[in-house]
Amino acid sequence: MTIEAQFRIEREDFVLDVALEIPARGVTAVFGPSGCGKTTLLRAIAGLESCRDGFLRVDHALWQQGAYCMPPHKRPLGYVFQEASLFPHLNVQRNLEYGVKRVPAAQRRVSMERAIELLGIGPLLRHRADQLSGGERQRVAIARALAVSPRLLLMDEPLAALDLTRKKEIMPYLESLHDELDIPVIYVSHSPDEVARLADNLVLLETGQVKASGLIGEMLTRLDLPLAHGEDAEALIEAVVAGHDEQFDLTLLEFSGGRFTVTRHDLPIGHPVRVRVTARDVSLTLERQSGTSILNIFPAIIDAITPVGSAQMMVRLMAGDVPLLARVTRKSAAVLDLKPGKQLYAQAKSVAVLS
Amino acid sequence: MNESDLAALVITLKLATVTTLILLLLGTPLAWWLARSRWRFKFLLEAVVALPLVLPPTVLGFYLLVTLGPRGPVGGFIEWLGGQPPVFTFTGLVIGSVLYSMPFVVQPLQGAFAAIGQRPLEVAATLRASPLDRFFTIVVPLARPGFLTATVLGFAHTVGEFGVVLMIGGNIPGQTQVLSIAIYDHVEALEYAHAHWLSGGLLAAAFLMLLTVYALNRRFPVGSYDN
Repeated sequence: MTIEAQFRIEREDFVLDVALEIPARGVTAVFGPSGCGKTTLLRAIAGLESCRDGFLRVDHALWQQGAYCMPPHKRPLGYVFQEASLFPHLNVQRNLEYGVKRVPAAQRRVSMERAIELLGIGPLLRHRADQLSGGERQRVAIARALAVSPRLLLMDEPLAALDLTRKKEIMPYLESLHDELDIPVIYVSHSPDEVARLADNLVLLETGQVKASGLIGEMLTRLDLPLAHGEDAEALIEAVVAGHDEQFDLTLLEFSGGRFTVTRHDLPIGHPVRVRVTARDVSLTLERQSGTSILNIFPAIIDAITPVGSAQMMVRLMAGDVPLLARVTRKSAAVLDLKPGKQLYAQAKSVAVLS
Repeated sequence: MNESDLAALVITLKLATVTTLILLLLGTPLAWWLARSRWRFKFLLEAVVALPLVLPPTVLGFYLLVTLGPRGPVGGFIEWLGGQPPVFTFTGLVIGSVLYSMPFVVQPLQGAFAAIGQRPLEVAATLRASPLDRFFTIVVPLARPGFLTATVLGFAHTVGEFGVVLMIGGNIPGQTQVLSIAIYDHVEALEYAHAHWLSGGLLAAAFLMLLTVYALNRRFPVGSYDN
């Protein structure tokens, strides 16, 4: 169950030269700065870029090999463009039907009703595209792409053209897609926050080349990649709801390295959640602290250390089998004698529950 | 209106209708190609299509006469095959009109196609529409104002032509005489009343056609594609 792609596309000002293999399940984010070739890669997967030389296999279906290139309308994919691009001469319902009608009944697995319900666009069906807000338009565009029952959903920065309020309006829908539909998604983005919320896998693209790819939790904490060096370096931890503390209105989240205590979230026990811990919120102590207001303290082992700037160090820790990041001053690192293999305690001053 | 005026009216309408239909059939793929192609020498073809806009109609008519006549390369070839050269026939009028009114159909279509851009077609492709399907379900509806303008301009311009049809048609009453030439003949014969009737009728008809185009394009605007 993988997607195997290899493209070489030469443009006047840049060359996209990628070979990658990604799992054909979950959300794979293609992340990188503007102009690194993210959109071109996505368009090549959709068959929208003329590409003489390439290879693309999705599951067991060959979409491109050498001179053979399956035309885009024969590829069972859904594509969400950066701008909603609804057909202006059709109302919302007919925009949705445009794709559905062209999919043979036997291949329909996502009904139009389901797509309408998932994106909450029932009340908009009779509207024309120009009567919708930017956020509504993008929701319709996502529903339209889903309603063709794609075997692969391609999303090109679907939130980039929207303001913060609209982004917040759509994000829950994207998260529910992730949770409720079993369609692999390739999601192009340059927003770390979107990636943290949605992605299971991450492909890091830089000047037309794949710099690294892998599971999101692993990729974010790899000290050899730029992601772990930024101001907002963070670790993502998959946890499950273990219980609630009714007395103090808190929720307990369990992962292999211990338990998080967070403010109450109304989720059933056993519900999976994604927790974000920012490197700057993690401090290190050699002994377990008592008499501290910090609730989230985990035993951990230092995995690697690298300098960040002249005064600080980024420390990669393993809490259970989960990597965490902590940013400490170089002085602290010297005083505590931090080095790989050392056992200590990580204290997280604040953690954010993402879903 | 006398009998030969009526015949001229029928011929004019028939000529304009046939010419417009042929131009829509030929002009649509040509305009599509011109709007989409990135061929380096595309401008050559664009210049050729636009030529009738600036060329004196008599010049076009003259060359057509020479080419299509029995001594000309095309006319001679047709005669060699056993056919009749199309000069001084209705077919000749149609050939001349198609060439002469070409830019009036191709240019509005080309503009309309270009304005649609690439994106709606790419979206349609990802929604499983084949290229032909995309053309009829996306391009044609979005380019509707262009088609309307092209149809009316092509028709009206064919009704109004004089020099080309005079040259290649030869002003044979009942066969190749069209209204604009009939008006000229009336004026030559100092029959101003006749000339008034025909001229007034053409003026009213032309104005009405343009009015229809502008009103329809205003009433059913196709939304701009941007968000």
